[in-house]
Amino acid sequence: MSATATASVLTRRSSTVKGDEIAHLVTLAFGATVVLITVLLVWNLWGASAASRSKFGIGFLWGTNWDPNAADFGALPFIYGTVMTSLMALAISVPLGVGAAIFLAEMAPPGLSSACTFLVELLAAVPSVIYGMLAIFTVVPMMREYIEPALKGAFGYLPQFQGPMLGVGYLTAAVVLAIMTFPYIIAISREALLDVPHDQREAALALGATRWETTFKVVVPYARLGILGSIFLGLARALGETMAITMVIGNDSTLHASWFAPGYTIAAVLANEFAEATGKMYTGALVELGLVLFLVTIVINALARLLVLATTRKGSAKAA
Amino acid sequence: MKIPIAVAGILLAGAALASAQAINGAGATFPYPIYGKWFEEFRQKNPSIEINYQSKGSGAGIAQLTEGTVDFGASDMPMKDEQIAALKVKALHFPTVLGGVVPTYNLPGVPDLKFSSEAMAGIFLGQITKWNDPRIAKANPGVKLPATDIIVVHRADGSGTTFVFTDYLSKISPAWKSGPGANTSIKWPTGVGQQGNEGIAGMVKQTPGAIGYVELIYALKNKMEYGSVENAAGAYLKATLETVTAAAAGAAKNMPADFRVSITNAPGKNAYPIASFTWLLIPTQIQDPQKRAALTGFLKWMLTDGQNDCASLGYAPLPKEVVSQEMKQIAQVR
Repeated sequence: MSATATASVLTRRSSTVKGDEIAHLVTLAFGATVVLITVLLVWNLWGASAASRSKFGIGFLWGTNWDPNAADFGALPFIYGTVMTSLMALAISVPLGVGAAIFLAEMAPPGLSSACTFLVELLAAVPSVIYGMLAIFTVVPMMREYIEPALKGAFGYLPQFQGPMLGVGYLTAAVVLAIMTFPYIIAISREALLDVPHDQREAALALGATRWETTFKVVVPYARLGILGSIFLGLARALGETMAITMVIGNDSTLHASWFAPGYTIAAVLANEFAEATGKMYTGALVELGLVLFLVTIVINALARLLVLATTRKGSAKAA
Repeated sequence: MKIPIAVAGILLAGAALASAQAINGAGATFPYPIYGKWFEEFRQKNPSIEINYQSKGSGAGIAQLTEGTVDFGASDMPMKDEQIAALKVKALHFPTVLGGVVPTYNLPGVPDLKFSSEAMAGIFLGQITKWNDPRIAKANPGVKLPATDIIVVHRADGSGTTFVFTDYLSKISPAWKSGPGANTSIKWPTGVGQQGNEGIAGMVKQTPGAIGYVELIYALKNKMEYGSVENAAGAYLKATLETVTAAAAGAAKNMPADFRVSITNAPGKNAYPIASFTWLLIPTQIQDPQKRAALTGFLKWMLTDGQNDCASLGYAPLPKEVVSQEMKQIAQVR
């Protein structure tokens, strides 16, 4: 079968070479759309934010005032809210997600593992507005009644845990983001762990390592790149999340030190204010915020790549 | 074979649609329920005219009218002078219905609070932070107010409701006027932002000590409790369709010719202070005679028979004086 197939390929060689060229051009065109879309996006955002860029300059990035009535705009409260909530969310969801992935891939009986994996994939596909509603009816009251008072009791001497407990704010947003990024981290980390070749495990066991030692000293380090990838994907979702966040963060454009206080993210303010924004300066400032979100994403992604490089330099099977 | 037939079918269907006069508008979301009903009723009476309306927000309506991508706009706030200057074809303001904004709060066991102008401004400026503040208690003798924190809840999305409410606050408080001011989105001195009437209602409902503002229609539909507000004459009024229409009647006596008028804090004993018109924005020049006839026909119908639909949907109808003044303005559409 395969011999005849090879023969027929060889006889039609000239036409296949042509076919290769066509396939090359077609896939190149598909690949080029990625670059094209990125360039168009930046070009468009750059052009539409001209009024705001020329008035506020680079100071837009650290301006703290957002006053549509006075046409004075600064992005810092939104940058702070976006980065802060995303990092806090990862601080919660990474240990939980990676831990759950290790359990599902290495420890759990196959039946339980596949049932849980199915549930995790289901959770990853839930639209964010559903998470937002869930958050409003359960997470917000829970934060206000139990978690925030408990945190205030334990760490009330820190400025992060002071002020009125509203139930909505940075911390609640971070918790909701953690819930939303958690399934991504589990699903992809689990795949990465399952991809670790069996001879790696067998070699470790043959050397006398226990199950735990095999998992933590061999399997997890081997799957490190895949696990990091899952975290970046979770981070990307957290940075751009809009609906669920605007429902629980409190949408206040003043900077607050307290994690209980209401805040704002870039995506949330765009969703809230763009439709009713009038005037070149106001819409320009909102578009510029979109540009800033783009920039924040690029910077964080670059930092993430550096982190990957730094950790892989030590040398592992997948260092390439 | 099948494809050309399908294409022909689509083209034919397109032609059939095109034979009806299609008019496109965009703008305010607040009057959308009644606009939707009006356009549908009007189409039933005049099958050749189809009015499409996108409720994208007042700002979007004004922007699209300025770009000329719609035949008419709609807005919850009158156009500003610089917005009018940006128009290629001048537009007329036609008030259609009235809306009111009510304060809603969550204090278990304290129904029917009265809010003086001083209390309203103080609460939303963040100067009154406890419910038992004497400035609130003064208007509510005999009511036991708790010593809990006041949590202000405001709209996070740009909204005509916010414009009406902040326009009212600007009129009763010089500090508000020189500070946050009036607009569809402002820099709030205090509080938490939520999306839409339902976002505010939900947050107030589940947070003890919270106070927010919602549209009267929304409060009526959902049978929400809301407070009375002190008006310009010093009387405490609960918003109803009658007190909102009374606010417009009070303002009708010196209505400017272009209908760009704010009726918050209107004079008159029965005038509810947080009320507003909502407007259709109709270009003064419409090239297509059929389109012009269709739009002016709709305006006439809306001002007469259409007004009867108001009460069933919870909108306050226009006072008679305003209707007759608007009828005269229709002649300016050429």
